Amino acid sequence: MVAHSNHEPASSHDEGAPPAHAPAGHGTGHPHPPDAGFAGSPWIVLLAFILLFGAGGWLLRSFPDAVPFAVLLLPLLGFTVLALLGDAIRDQGEGAGACWLACGTVLTSFALAVATVYRVMQFPGGDTGLRFTQPYLGFEWIAAGSFRVQMSLLVDNLSSVMVLVVTGVGSLIHIYSVGYMSHDPDRVRYFSYLNLFTFFMLLLVLGGSLPLLFVGWEGVGLCSYLLIGFWFTKKSAADAGKKAFIVNRIGDVGLILGMILAFNLFGTLDLVDLVNNATSLTEESLWQLGPITTVCLLLFVGACGKSAQIPLHVWLPDAMEGPTPVSALIHAATMVTAGVYMVARLGALYSLSPTAMTVVAVIGTATAVLGATIALVQTDIKKVLAYSTVSQLGYMFLACGVGAFGVAVFHLFTHAFFKALLFLGSGSVIHALGGEQDMRKMGGLWRRIPVTFWTFVIDTLAIAGIPGLAGYFSKDAILGGALEAGRPVLFVVGLIVALLTAFYMTRAVILTFLGTYRGDAETGSHVHESPWVMLGPLVILAIGSAVGGYIDIPHFVEPAIRVGEGAHAAPHPVWLPIVASAAAIIGILVAYYLYLAFPEIPSRIYSSARGLARVLENKYGFDTLYDRIASRVIVGGSEDVLWRGVDVRLIDGAVNGVASVAAAVARSVRTVQVGLVRAYALVILGGAVAVLSYLLWRR
Amino acid sequence: MTLDLLAVLVLLPVVGAVAHAFIPGRAERAHKIVALSLTTGIFILSLALVEGFQPVPGMQFEVSRNWMPALGIRYHVGIDGLSLWLIILTTFLTPIALLGSWSSIHSRVKAFQILMLLLEAGMLGVFVALDLFLFYIFWEAMLIPMYFLIGIWGHERRIYAAVKFFLYTMAGSALMLVAFIALYKTSSAHSFDILLLTQSPVAPSLQMWLFAAFALAFAIKVPMFPFHTWLPDAHVEAPTAGSVILAGVLLKMGGYGFLRLAFPLFPDAAHEFAPYIGALAVVGIVYGALVSLVQPNLKKLVAYSSVSHLGFVMLGIAAFNTTSVVGAVYQMLNHGISTGALFFCVGMLYDRRHTFAIAEYGGLKSVMPWFSSLFLLVCLSSLAVPGLNGFVGEFLIMLGSWSLSHSMVALASMGVVLAAGYVLWMVQRVLYGEVTHAVNRTLPDLSAREFAVLIPLVVLAIVMGVASPLFTRLIEPSVQSLVYETGTRMRKPSPPTRAAAAMVGGPVGERR
Repeated sequence: MVAHSNHEPASSHDEGAPPAHAPAGHGTGHPHPPDAGFAGSPWIVLLAFILLFGAGGWLLRSFPDAVPFAVLLLPLLGFTVLALLGDAIRDQGEGAGACWLACGTVLTSFALAVATVYRVMQFPGGDTGLRFTQPYLGFEWIAAGSFRVQMSLLVDNLSSVMVLVVTGVGSLIHIYSVGYMSHDPDRVRYFSYLNLFTFFMLLLVLGGSLPLLFVGWEGVGLCSYLLIGFWFTKKSAADAGKKAFIVNRIGDVGLILGMILAFNLFGTLDLVDLVNNATSLTEESLWQLGPITTVCLLLFVGACGKSAQIPLHVWLPDAMEGPTPVSALIHAATMVTAGVYMVARLGALYSLSPTAMTVVAVIGTATAVLGATIALVQTDIKKVLAYSTVSQLGYMFLACGVGAFGVAVFHLFTHAFFKALLFLGSGSVIHALGGEQDMRKMGGLWRRIPVTFWTFVIDTLAIAGIPGLAGYFSKDAILGGALEAGRPVLFVVGLIVALLTAFYMTRAVILTFLGTYRGDAETGSHVHESPWVMLGPLVILAIGSAVGGYIDIPHFVEPAIRVGEGAHAAPHPVWLPIVASAAAIIGILVAYYLYLAFPEIPSRIYSSARGLARVLENKYGFDTLYDRIASRVIVGGSEDVLWRGVDVRLIDGAVNGVASVAAAVARSVRTVQVGLVRAYALVILGGAVAVLSYLLWRR
Repeated sequence: MTLDLLAVLVLLPVVGAVAHAFIPGRAERAHKIVALSLTTGIFILSLALVEGFQPVPGMQFEVSRNWMPALGIRYHVGIDGLSLWLIILTTFLTPIALLGSWSSIHSRVKAFQILMLLLEAGMLGVFVALDLFLFYIFWEAMLIPMYFLIGIWGHERRIYAAVKFFLYTMAGSALMLVAFIALYKTSSAHSFDILLLTQSPVAPSLQMWLFAAFALAFAIKVPMFPFHTWLPDAHVEAPTAGSVILAGVLLKMGGYGFLRLAFPLFPDAAHEFAPYIGALAVVGIVYGALVSLVQPNLKKLVAYSSVSHLGFVMLGIAAFNTTSVVGAVYQMLNHGISTGALFFCVGMLYDRRHTFAIAEYGGLKSVMPWFSSLFLLVCLSSLAVPGLNGFVGEFLIMLGSWSLSHSMVALASMGVVLAAGYVLWMVQRVLYGEVTHAVNRTLPDLSAREFAVLIPLVVLAIVMGVASPLFTRLIEPSVQSLVYETGTRMRKPSPPTRAAAAMVGGPVGERR
């Protein structure tokens, strides 16, 4: 299961020039995707770009309040166009034009988002520094009784950060995909899904009320389902997509029930009102299952589903069946952080419930440990990154749970850069190797694909927490937050996770890029650097990973969260950065010793600790347990007990029994040859007439 | 004298059916065209109801005339927010059903069109009738064409299914008839007029018996667990048009009957029974979804999913507050659209392969991309993805039912997870994977006619999911007054108490 390597059709064409993939008119050499893209319809695409930007500029000047809606709806427009015209523009050149159109809508969205954020941040903020606007589209989505959901958005400090991440990183990944998917015959469908995803993700972060957030929430889950199962002919892909959706749905039920309870308690589901209400409520005591705690825990179930926390984390590693840019966008940078966003958004509510906060912190920390330990033994490069994501998301919830909501968003922000880059980099490696994902068949690639290598290294250092790079700042802040909240145990565990992170990421770098090449010669001879349409986004993200930590996200978003911020005014202890950096460096050095200097040691450790390795390789047995429950208890029970037992035998048996008795009676008294139906009908009709006549006569 | 628009709507299909009698049976195409244009015309005409409908409580387009004064029977018709959209749903689905079975009905085309028209007349009659006698006539008149539709144009076990359908529903309507007459005899109004009867109180002890009879009749129709086993058989054997109308409209008669008759006529009994109805509804939601999960037959899967979806409707009715009942009425419409569309999709597969076995399909997305996209969209609407119609109804129902019982809502929410399970598993086995059966490799994608069938449904599913107030705006005033008036007529006017709900919440918990 672990060693199962996914062959990605997207990149299988560069090697050996299979005849089917060499489109007429493009020659037989290395096709350069961006050129191929513009070859078909450069003018149409250019015109579309000019139109999009022109319309955006006009909107900005004339109706600035409508701009957030344009940010939101442009990707939906892209999806609609691609979905309806998909068939018409499927051939090679036009198809690439369609891809660029998809990029264009998200890029325009990004540009408009920057303009909107800039505009909102010019507003005169109150003494808290909170600046916001709530544009309203002018109609309601649901209205029944006292329950009303308006189509209104919320742009404030927090959603600004999220919108910029979604559209910014989203644009880069769209562009990268043009190269990565350039040979896939179905890429128009791919880009339409990607655009639809961007729309729902923007709705999630911009929606002004919990129900609207929930539309985005389920919408991104749907797109995730469609994109994980993009190569639907592969059973494992279709299975993974379904699993992701169903596990997410379990979480969504928590969110639905949480919303219902919250509405019954507070009479509103508007995000601003909820937070405002919360400031006037009194804090519940620890381990008291009061209403606020219940709401928070139910909502957290939703967050666990979306953000892959124990016990609903099982879908995320399987989601790697999707194309790698999808893993970067959905399963690393944006969608999976939605749970963190929601908890941070309702931070004012959560901080009223010490119980919920403790649960969030403990689940987050446990998930961080689980992800980091399983990542130690993975051999599939994408699986390492997937478990790393699970672990980092746990880190963000740890931050939420100790009340450092702004810091959680900070880590979300830096993680979006470095994890997107790691995935895209791994995609570049996989692309270079013709679909190979098994790190045991890699090695020594750094000279052949230098840009990929160096960006990957910068990122590994960033996620490990080497001083000066983005991950260092956010990770430090989380550890500091845990200390200040008086949770030394969580701090120590967090520190160990940081060490493990540095270790497994260095291991991945060494196995992939350093040492000697271990794959087959045929594949090895074709290794090549990716085209610039893919490397460009890598470089930009690498810059982000390097300098992203210097942006003071916590102070920027905290006014929107409105949690008493005294905690973060105090400086962290002086020794904290030193200890944290030491953990990172020790992790890197140990990995260096084990995998590069003395590569025979790991297998010795492996064989001496076989039991532990087995536990990790089985991923602590969650999948096995869930599979058993799903297939034996639910499916088996439904089939044998409910359907064949209750439905067929019990209910139908009883009805048929009555019917056969009646039939026997009818046979014994029949005078003429009648069909069954008519006999029954006659009996019933006769009875009814008799009752009727009796009643009428008695009157 | 104003034009009785409702009478025109009910009579037009009957006139059409008579007209068909004069067209020779050989002219099959002429029959199809006449019936399709007539029903389309009726749909357009019915939109005049929406146009003229005011968002206020009370009956509109009301006409009341003496009919059999000696027995207190009147010709009394009218519509309110409960029936308005159900009428539109009927007139909307009928032409689409005719178009959908354009090339799948090969024998006795003439009789098929006639029966479909009579069926439409019967269904419209039930929704407009405000006199019990009239209601009963239409109720019965509607069953007969459906019986023949299943029995003549059905699949292999059609006779068995038709008989089962007939017996179940006849048993229900016989009970209902007895209850009607008893009500007539005992009520001080001495009338069959529904509006008059609701004004005249019935003794609480008698209410229990009458409510039980009404409830049983309607519960069979809905169908509620454990009276649902006729449904899968009827659906599997019925032709596509029959399944669509059966799921789309006929099942709604149950919920409509509860709201129009059982609850307002017997408020005290309804109050007593509501927690039990809610409990059975929740069992139906979970049970229907679980059984649906393991069906190897596409049509049976959809049929059991109906049991689950209509469980939501009944939960909303049982909670009986404005939010939950608006949700229930909306959910009835949603179910008509989504499940109707699902049956069309399944029928389109059947037209191509002549089997409902899921195992016979697989990998269709490579072969029939447009069909797959629309089918997936319909499935998503059925599993209540927000942004599509199903979510609005289910959410309102769960939100409103919170006051009835927390545990019931929590259990009902399990249905939401299971829906994702049975729908997506089915989607995977039908659409995804490699094409495993060689015959499936050459299946044609949707024809223009099939597009014309699915597109209106899909568009409606999106519109109803995005702009629900367009519809609920007209439903809400009637629901509000229904809930209020029923509450005031109760002997002990109080909303369903927590204690009663908790009492039932217990047994439900144990049953799992």
